[in-house]
Amino acid sequence: MKKSMKKLLSVTMAVAMAASLTACGGQSSGSGTTGADTKASEGAKTEAPKASGEGTIKIGGIGPITGSTAIYGQAVMNGAELAINEINANGGIGGAQIEYNFQDDEGDTEKAVNAYNTLKDWGMQVLMGTVTSAPCIAVGAESSNDNMFQLTPSGSAVDCTKFENQFRVCFSDPNQGSASAQYIGENKLATKVAVIYDSSDVYSTGIHDKFISEAGNQGIEIVADEAFTADNNTNFSVQLQKAQDSGAELVFLPIYYSQAALILAQAKQMGFETSFFGCDGLDGLLNVENFDTTLAENVMLLTPFAADAKDELTQKFVASYKEKYKETPNQFAADAYDAIYAIKAASEKAGVTADMDASTICDGLKKAMTEITINGLTGENMKWTADGEPDKAPKAVKIVNGVYNAM
Amino acid sequence: MMSFISYFINGLSLGSVYAIIALGYTMVYGIAKMLNFAHGDVIMIGGYVVFTVVSTMGLGPVAGVLLAVILCTVLGVVIEGVAYRPLRMASPLAVLITAIGVSYLLQNIALLVFGSNPKSFTSVVTIPALKLAGGKLTISGETIVTIISCVVIMICLTTFIKKTKAGQAMLAVSEDKGAAQLMGINVDGTIALTFAIGSALAAIAGALLCSAYPTLTPYTGSMPGIKAFVAAVFGGIGSIPGALIGGLLLGIIENLSKAYISSQLSDAIVFGVLIVVLLVKPTGILGKKISEKV
Amino acid sequence: MDKSNKTNFRLSKTLKSNIITYGLVIVAFIIVQMLVNAGQVSSLMKGLLVPLCIYTILAISLNLTVGILGELSLGHAGFMCVGAFSSAIFSISMLETIPNAGFRFFLAILIGAASAAVAGIIVGIPVLRLRGDYLAIVTLAFGEIIKNVVNVIFIGKDSNGLHFSMKNAMALNMEKDGKMILNGAQGITGTPKNATFLIGVLLILVTLFIVLNLIHSRSGRAIMSVRDNRIAAESIGINITKYKLMAFTISASLAGVAGVLYSHNLSSLTATQKNFGYNQSIMILVFVVLGGIGNIRGSMIAAVILTLLPELLRGLNTYRMLIYAIILIFMMIFNWSPKLIDLRKRIFHKSRTERERV
Repeated sequence: MKKSMKKLLSVTMAVAMAASLTACGGQSSGSGTTGADTKASEGAKTEAPKASGEGTIKIGGIGPITGSTAIYGQAVMNGAELAINEINANGGIGGAQIEYNFQDDEGDTEKAVNAYNTLKDWGMQVLMGTVTSAPCIAVGAESSNDNMFQLTPSGSAVDCTKFENQFRVCFSDPNQGSASAQYIGENKLATKVAVIYDSSDVYSTGIHDKFISEAGNQGIEIVADEAFTADNNTNFSVQLQKAQDSGAELVFLPIYYSQAALILAQAKQMGFETSFFGCDGLDGLLNVENFDTTLAENVMLLTPFAADAKDELTQKFVASYKEKYKETPNQFAADAYDAIYAIKAASEKAGVTADMDASTICDGLKKAMTEITINGLTGENMKWTADGEPDKAPKAVKIVNGVYNAM
Repeated sequence: MMSFISYFINGLSLGSVYAIIALGYTMVYGIAKMLNFAHGDVIMIGGYVVFTVVSTMGLGPVAGVLLAVILCTVLGVVIEGVAYRPLRMASPLAVLITAIGVSYLLQNIALLVFGSNPKSFTSVVTIPALKLAGGKLTISGETIVTIISCVVIMICLTTFIKKTKAGQAMLAVSEDKGAAQLMGINVDGTIALTFAIGSALAAIAGALLCSAYPTLTPYTGSMPGIKAFVAAVFGGIGSIPGALIGGLLLGIIENLSKAYISSQLSDAIVFGVLIVVLLVKPTGILGKKISEKV
Repeated sequence: MDKSNKTNFRLSKTLKSNIITYGLVIVAFIIVQMLVNAGQVSSLMKGLLVPLCIYTILAISLNLTVGILGELSLGHAGFMCVGAFSSAIFSISMLETIPNAGFRFFLAILIGAASAAVAGIIVGIPVLRLRGDYLAIVTLAFGEIIKNVVNVIFIGKDSNGLHFSMKNAMALNMEKDGKMILNGAQGITGTPKNATFLIGVLLILVTLFIVLNLIHSRSGRAIMSVRDNRIAAESIGINITKYKLMAFTISASLAGVAGVLYSHNLSSLTATQKNFGYNQSIMILVFVVLGGIGNIRGSMIAAVILTLLPELLRGLNTYRMLIYAIILIFMMIFNWSPKLIDLRKRIFHKSRTERERV
């Protein structure tokens, strides 16, 4: 009897709790402008001022802002917010202000779909996201169903632009893999190459696979092909040792800079001197807090974005990003910034107004995306093809004395 | 051959870090009979303290490690008092879940305070690398310090438990809480002391882990934490020499399987070996045999 | 005479309790369905309906292992992973062969359940010889192994049939018309979205039917006797291994069913730490412990609350998971602390005696 009472009590408590939570959940989605305002202290709300009578266009964002991939999601969230603030200050999209809401997906497919649905409830008209590939594919199935325009800043897997409504700002993975192999081959950087990649990561395996198959055509011999996984990504002694033993002249790192920083440090610890070559994921290396930049000396990378580029657009972006978020922006932030400007350009081309529904906007944007050309942080004269791929060229840079130098 | 020795030594170094973390697991388990899943995150906090002191405030590595030890000790005692003590008499499963909650809490606090960007950790070790066999074999300073500290810690702990009153009290509590209480031992105090020691070890482990693999994120502690937990079970959970053997074996197996079998499946292999060991010796290598009361 | 009366009373009580449990699911389904039809449900809620079914099934199935069998399993997500991947591979490779989505999904569920059951037997035979925390750590190890191995499997299909490799996609040597089905860590994309709320609820009811019937059957009592006193059970001739393995396998195959729902609800399936790693296993365990070990209904409710909680906290943004952690700790202490339980009992009793006096 006592036991059943305890049960009853816990059930009632649970129900009461659920009810109260539903209530507060409802409230927050009702007010609906919480998205960009993650650093509450800064009060960085992107709520539209009431001045213009044109209404607001609601842009949603999805990416991991907690969990082990939070670093990428937070960069995208901030980069996009910066662009939106600028656009709003300059009169918005065709007079309409942008309202921005960024939802967390923890880097998980299921949570990403939940985030997408949350944004739909909020009244999202255009989606900028998701940040990582697997969630992007999962959300793509939903967004194509709803005919919601989706522009991913950094979802690089091939399937991220599977549907007509999906576009991306970054390069696709195979694109980078073959570009890297060609660059190494054409410039005769090395003939014996070792590869260290993250076999549990879509981005890394995508580049790796293409690189390996293209390497043969370029006269490159793969002397060591070593993998690591997300669960085991701090100890690289074995992979480096194998690369060293194989006599590799160059180590290709199709990975993100957080692991690359570790690889460089450990290579130094074990006295392995070689040259390293990477893709856009390596950008950000020099800005890892407290990183000894001499370790990155002579590292080469193909990247569309460099935070210390001399052009005015990049310098302005980096300065305002640093001021607002106290960090140097990486490639993800730049991609997101460009994504928002691409949406702006396409919206103006298609004549999007705030009172259109998401599906009408999507039809307009799908067509307009292939017609626009924008000068962004990650490329000049960027154009898009109808299958969602950007048309831009990566720049090869080499790190000398702690700064990028064009090669 | 040279590369084999090198893989082996690197494995030894990795294993020593696992061993120090496993010591914390094993002590807490032996006395409080709980799996403290938040242990790995205390390591991460320790790492951040050292990082802040050394890289941001510019003090020396010794000050950093000392401060980390002090703060982590306090943190460990607070966690025990607030989250675990109310559940002392409840099902061990309830405490396990609470520990998970604490683990999430620590990770998210670190995420909010330090951000998601990885920090590059300045090694607390200043000894230069040892070059052997005409430069063919390099043993890094971190490796040497890690292995030495592991052995020193083990010896100190064993002496502490055997020779001091507090250590004996720990043994008594781990055997039988009720009887220990009747003998006038302060059970709550002893358990708090265990958590204090375990967390202090976690701080040291954090400093060494981040020195050998110099990166720091809010999730730095979770995977080494789980591995060390496996190491503790490997050696026989509750046994101090067991934690050392388990940790070292785990590190060596992990590195060698990475080198000679598959770098992607090394974790699977480590877990596979664990299963085989437990099937042959159900309580781990040095575990006590459980006699069953009928 | 007296005795038979007593058993009668007990039987009717379990029957009543079972009816309440089934009723709860059916009523919840009807209410939600009515709200959906009336257009009162947000997209978020609609999207959460299938995941809620998934986690409810997982909670029930793990409760069979933890609550009824009395063994701690930290690898439940591994069985879910097996069910998810085997059924997704089946669905994709049979996309053209079996055009009827309903029938194909039905087969997929059976395949998911069967392959998870096989995994359950393979894991169960060695594991169930161990006890307590050692068993827990071995299940954790198995869960991690399953996840790791899935990440290095490559399966492709071309005109010559299926190709299999554990090295990389190139090693499949497929013809030009080849199509990747399972691409290592990049997982499976394009699984048909067959899982619906109705199917989810039906599967919950089937799960409940299986588990509740098992508990109240002869085998169920044997299983619980093993939990309560292994030696006594053994001494009266109960085949411990058989019953343990039976409960464990059923529990695994039900987790496999949840996995089938999972993979057929999302178009992209990858095995990560987040969805099939030990973190997920522990989350399922949280449902069971919070809802009450052995209390099927409680664990269902806990699964629903804890799945909704992080979604409802979305307004908090980066503070979301922090608050979630604090609520989790608080709920555990509130529900399990002996002192608080005493306190609650006292208040409850007081009010009851007062009421009786009136």
